Order: sequence, then C-alpha cells, then structure tokens
Amino acid sequence: MTESTVSRRRAIALAGAGVAGIAGAAAVGGAVVRTAEQSHPAQAGAAAADAIAFTGAHQAGIVTPAQDRLHFVAFDVVTKDRARLVRMLKDWTAAAARLTAGRDAGEIGAVGGILEAPPDDTGEAIGLPASGLTLTVGFGPTLFRDAAGKDRFGIAAQRPAALVDLPHFPGDLIEAPISGGDICVQACANDPQVAVHAIRNLARIGMGVVTVRWSQLGFGRTSSTTRDQATPRNMFGFKDGTANLKAEETDLLRDHLWVQPGDGPAWMTGGAYVVTRKVRMLIETWDRTSLGEQEDIIGRTKGSGAPLGRADEFDEPDLEAKRPDGEPVIAIDSHVRLAHPTQNSNARMLRRGYNFVDGSDGLGRLNAGLFFIGYQRDPRTAFVPVQLNLARHDAMNEYVRHVSSGIFACPPGVTGASDYWGSTLFA
Amino acid sequence: MRSTRFLALAAVGTLTGGALAACTSDKTDGAAAAGGPIAVTATDSACELARTTLDAGTAVFKVTNSGAKVTEFYVYADGDRVMGEVENITPGLSRELRVELPAGAYQASCKPGMVGQGIRTALTVSGSAAPLAEDAALAQASADYSRYVRSQSTALVDKTAEFVAAVKAGDVAKAKALYPVARTYFERIEPVAEIFGDLDPKIDGREDGATKELPFTGFHRLEKDLWVGGDVSKDGAIADQLDADVRAIAAKAQAEKLSPLQLANGAKELLDEVANGKITGEEDRYSHTDLWDFAANVEGSKAAVAALRPALVKRDPALVKSIDEGFAKVDAELAKYRVGDGWKLHNQLSEAQLKGLSDAINALAEPISKVAGVISGK
Repeated sequence: MTESTVSRRRAIALAGAGVAGIAGAAAVGGAVVRTAEQSHPAQAGAAAADAIAFTGAHQAGIVTPAQDRLHFVAFDVVTKDRARLVRMLKDWTAAAARLTAGRDAGEIGAVGGILEAPPDDTGEAIGLPASGLTLTVGFGPTLFRDAAGKDRFGIAAQRPAALVDLPHFPGDLIEAPISGGDICVQACANDPQVAVHAIRNLARIGMGVVTVRWSQLGFGRTSSTTRDQATPRNMFGFKDGTANLKAEETDLLRDHLWVQPGDGPAWMTGGAYVVTRKVRMLIETWDRTSLGEQEDIIGRTKGSGAPLGRADEFDEPDLEAKRPDGEPVIAIDSHVRLAHPTQNSNARMLRRGYNFVDGSDGLGRLNAGLFFIGYQRDPRTAFVPVQLNLARHDAMNEYVRHVSSGIFACPPGVTGASDYWGSTLFA
Repeated sequence: MRSTRFLALAAVGTLTGGALAACTSDKTDGAAAAGGPIAVTATDSACELARTTLDAGTAVFKVTNSGAKVTEFYVYADGDRVMGEVENITPGLSRELRVELPAGAYQASCKPGMVGQGIRTALTVSGSAAPLAEDAALAQASADYSRYVRSQSTALVDKTAEFVAAVKAGDVAKAKALYPVARTYFERIEPVAEIFGDLDPKIDGREDGATKELPFTGFHRLEKDLWVGGDVSKDGAIADQLDADVRAIAAKAQAEKLSPLQLANGAKELLDEVANGKITGEEDRYSHTDLWDFAANVEGSKAAVAALRPALVKRDPALVKSIDEGFAKVDAELAKYRVGDGWKLHNQLSEAQLKGLSDAINALAEPISKVAGVISGK
C-alpha cells in the first residue's frame, strides 16, 4: 500500500496514541496531508472507490468525470475579520486535501483522540473509500460587497465583471433563503455518505466564520463530462447533457470554460464561473403528457436521445429540417433548439447538474427536479443569454419552476501543500 | 431529552477552602478584613463602592439595594471568573458578601434587574500572593463553582417560593412576572440539577415528556395554566410540589462538588440546552420567555468556564481567546433583544434573528467543546 492510498482505517492506526489532547496540536505518526508530488490524477474510468487528485492547475470537480452524488452548500460569512476568514480557508483546504484522499477531516481523526475531547472528524465515513470525492470552492458576489455596498474584506476591487448579479429571468420564482451565498462548496462523490460527510465537516470547521445558508443533495448525475460516460437521464426521463462540453475537448474548454489571462482580474485565471439553479419539475403533469408532446418539447427522442429526425444520440440536431407539413422537425420552442449554441452566439457551458428529490410537498406531489450546475468562462456570454432565450420561449417552462439561483467565481486549482483555497484572491 | 452524562459523583460534605463565601443578612462579622466591610450602594442606575483598593485576604462587601429593582452583586476576576456573588437582593435589603481575594485586578458589578454585564467598578487588591499551581487552580475551580451553585440555588429557593405564593394567591399577573425570573436561577445551574434523577423532570419537565410515573408537574405545568388557561385556582398541590422539589434539589446541589471535567462538560451542555431547546422555542412554549432561559444558560456556561480559566489560560491561551470572542458575540447578539429588565418573547423574533442567535451559539459551543479535553490534560 503506498502512502497516497492510505485508507481511513490505516490513517487512524497511524495517528495512534500519544496525540496531544490540545486543540491545534499536530498529530504524531504518519497521518499527514498528502503532498502534490504524491498525488496522481485519476484516470477517466477509474474505479468508483478511487481518490481524485485534489491539487492541479484547475480545481477538481469541474471536468472530473461527473460522480453520481452531490452535496452542494452555500455559506454566508459571519465574521468581519479578514484574517479569520483566510485562516478558515486554509483550514478548509487542509481538511479538503485529507477528505478527498479518503482520510479523516482532522489530524487526530474520528477515533484517534482522547475520550474527553470531541473527535475532529464526525466519523460517518469510517471504513469508506475516497469514492471519487471532489470539493470545489467558489466565491459569490456578496463576498466582495455586502447589500449596502460595503467592501467587506478589502477585495471589492477584485470582483470580476463576469461575476454578475444574475438578472431576473421571465417566470423566475426565486426564493431568497435558498439562493445566493458568499462562498459555495460543491462536494461530488460516488457515495452520498462521503459527500455529506465532507460538507458536514467543513461546516463544522467553519463555525463562527461562516454559517450554512442553504444546501442541496443531488443524485444521478444529469450530465456526462467525458466521452467515456453514458449520458444519464433527468427526472423527465430524458437523456440530459448529450451536447455538453467534454473533458477531452481541450480547445473548447479553453474557449468556453477556463478563464484566460486578460479576461479579468488575474486571480481568476485558470478558474471558472459556476451558475446554480434549482429547477423544480412538475412531475405529475409531465407524466400525463403524451410521448409525442414530451419529445416535441425536448426536441429529442425519449429512447435513444437522438435529436428528432436523426438516428443517433450524438448526431447533430438538424434545425433546418422540415416536416411534410412545412413545420420544423425540431420545434421552434423546443429545448434543444433554444439551448443550441447556434441559437446563442455559440455559447457553451460545461453542465454538471444533478437530480433531486426533496421528499414530497404538502399536496402529495414529488418535490423533484434538476439542480442545474453550469461552469463557464463568462456568464455574460453563456448562461445569461441562453437562460433568457429559454425563459422567454421554452415550451418546457410549463413544467418547470426555477426556485433558487446562485453564481460563484471558482478560483484556479490548489497547487500544493502550502497553497490554499482563494490564495490568489487573498494573497 | 434529559440524559445525564455526568460521571458518578464523589459527594463531598461541606466545603472548606480559601474561596468560601458566606452571605448573611444585616450582620457584620467581627472577623472582617481591616477597615471593616466595604459599603456598596446599589440603585437601579448606579453601583457605588466606598473603597476600590483593598488588601489581599478576606474582603467583606455590604451591599444595600436602594433601587426599585431586584439586584445582584458580583466580584469578577479576569474573564468574568466569579470570585463571589450575592443574588436576589430585593429593594431595601442589605446583604453581605465575604470573599477571599488574592492580589490582582478585579471588577465589582451590580446587576439591577439581574441581567447583562451590570454596572462595573474596578477593584485593585494589593499584597503578596503566589499564583496557584495548576493542580491547585483546578481544585480551586471546583470550589469556586460549588460556591456559585450554592448562591444560585439559594436564590432559586427564595424566588420559587415567591412564585409559588403568587400562584397560590391566584395573582396571575405577579406569577407571570416571577416565572422567568425564578427559572433564571435554575437554568444557570441546569447541568447540576440534571444529576438528580427524577427531580429535574419533576421541576422542569415538559408535557411531551410526561409519563404515568412522572406526570406533568413543575414550572412548565404552571406556565401552561398561567398562560393558556389563565386559571391556577386548582394548582395548589402542583405549586407546593414545585416548592418542595426545588428545596430538595437545592439541598442536593449544595452538597455536590463537581470535578473540573464535569464543569467543562456542564459548560458545553448548557449551550446544547440553548441550541436544542431555547432557540427552537420549545422550552417555554406557552409563555415564550425562552430568552430568559437562554441568557441564564449562557451565564451558567460562562461561570463554569470562568472557574476553569486559570488552568485553561496556562494550557491553551488560544482556546481561551476564542471562547472569550464567542461569549462576546453571543452577548452582543442577545443584547439586541433586551426589553427593559427582560427580553423579547421568542415568538417576536424572526427566523433570521433566531438564526443569528443560533450561529452565535454554535460558534461558541465548538471551542467550549474542546475545554474538557484540555482540562483532562492528556
């Protein structure tokens, strides 16, 4: 067993006895944060239990092959003390490095400490592998200036122009308590318990500095982010993300995903902007809709996912094709047509959404839908125009309600053991 | 909901030791420190001490309440560690505090209306006194806290008797006014109260926790009848039972001596009480006076941690700093909801305001949860 694949159980044994029972004391033994040199990027198609490298030029969890589970959280910062915020970001980074390697959140661990002290890991992931966990951080507009316009942490001048306040889109039913936030963390893993464990421990580490504003669980990735992955289905039963940006398309990623030098403030170079939207689907009425109408609304066949009028899922939609009656094969108000790059000045995003079912509502309806997550180089030329187009014309609007919204600037990757989340912004 | 996680207690009969403080009413002790008792004139807006410099040793304060509000008098060391206090000084009454003060800087505080930081005066005590060794500091913590429990439980007995008398007299308005005040003394020492098996549920149990063996009695039963029905005419037996139970628990509490580890755990449990019961409004669901209990729990937690402070400062000064910041944040957050001598009602607070309180409590409870480990010294 190499150092870079130390299991939780082994790490506990290494942390061992003799650890000082004082908060902040370094653990003795071998349970140290893995350094960048020891990590290796996960291969596409790696086993679901494997660890994904935490460090790199870009943050993991964006072009990483989309894992099956999500716990997304948005925090509000409650301290006014910049140094305390930076200290927490460093603590978070150290914990994230350990967690993504399949280790405990803290140096002592879930069961490695003295009986009189609370463990520095909550313990529900004992015995579970890394499970492809990625943790991705982003900074919201309100971190730079509060509602009153106050520069909260001396970084207001660093707010990128691309980090816009999202406009109100026609039909939006946005609920403020589950929208926005100063900092977001996206936890994705192949095991829901691993994703939740990570967020739970980060929230605990952040007590007094941040408070959880809202969080969302998701399952069944609704996008494929590599060519190896089969396209999954959303809660409408349709394949979702066929035309997504893929990790292998490096030229497209450069043009559409990663922030390039000169785009804006240097701290975001190598990063990306993420937009989140909680889209409630009116499942029961959708399910009563005829197959033909469902396919017309989406613009794809429900079985293979092929664009209407084509044979294969990955065939390009023919937006010019006409039916015998002269109407377009792919309807003017269909989702595929309205979202297609050719209809949106070539706008592309890397979508990474998840299905959600938050139980049922008081009317006995499934509280379900899509938690949309879209990464892009500039929301002003990607998400915003595309969503305006959809919000105005999409036939699907009859069956969906956008109830939450968020936008965050995700900085570039953590380069090594001494680097931390947000270092380029707070340095 | 009320599980006692305290270790088995080694009961100690009577306390002896340097920090023994005794209160007597209107009686001057011939053995008082040089210069005689220090007169403290407390009013609703002032707290005047005849002297603020004294010699190390036993100090005697004679506190006269010339105001219209019930007051309390505290002598605090660094970090609000309670060196001695007298509670429940009703208008017109004089009470004495005898307290052992080694050389150092202290603060005297009168608390008209029993809440908040009080009106503070700096005290300077000069003389030679060796600082306590660590073990001695921990032993001292137990003694200090025992004294705190004694004075709180004495006041609890007195205030509960007043509350019970009002209930039995059918004076609903007076009983309603006394209810949250009497509970304050209970909530400050709640972890101690919880040691004593059935007494705690009998005094402080809620309707949903009632069983055939332990029917719904105590403070909350009277609360329900006062606020929901407005009729306590049939509650004579319940009132008498509460009075007797409170006396019993006070007697037991005064005979206990908590270990430093229990103090540390008690400080955390008091905050858990706030997080689980007071933030949600389930404690005082009929009267909505949860913020009185909230403030009392926080004060009790502070007293327990402050008793441990000398040892904590030696072992983990950074932790002490974060705890101080945490208490300051909670106090500031809570202060937003002061109304006169009391607090806003729980149902007058918005969800966002409750979240602010919850965040402050959680932020404080995290460092407090580390105290036990530091105290155990492993």
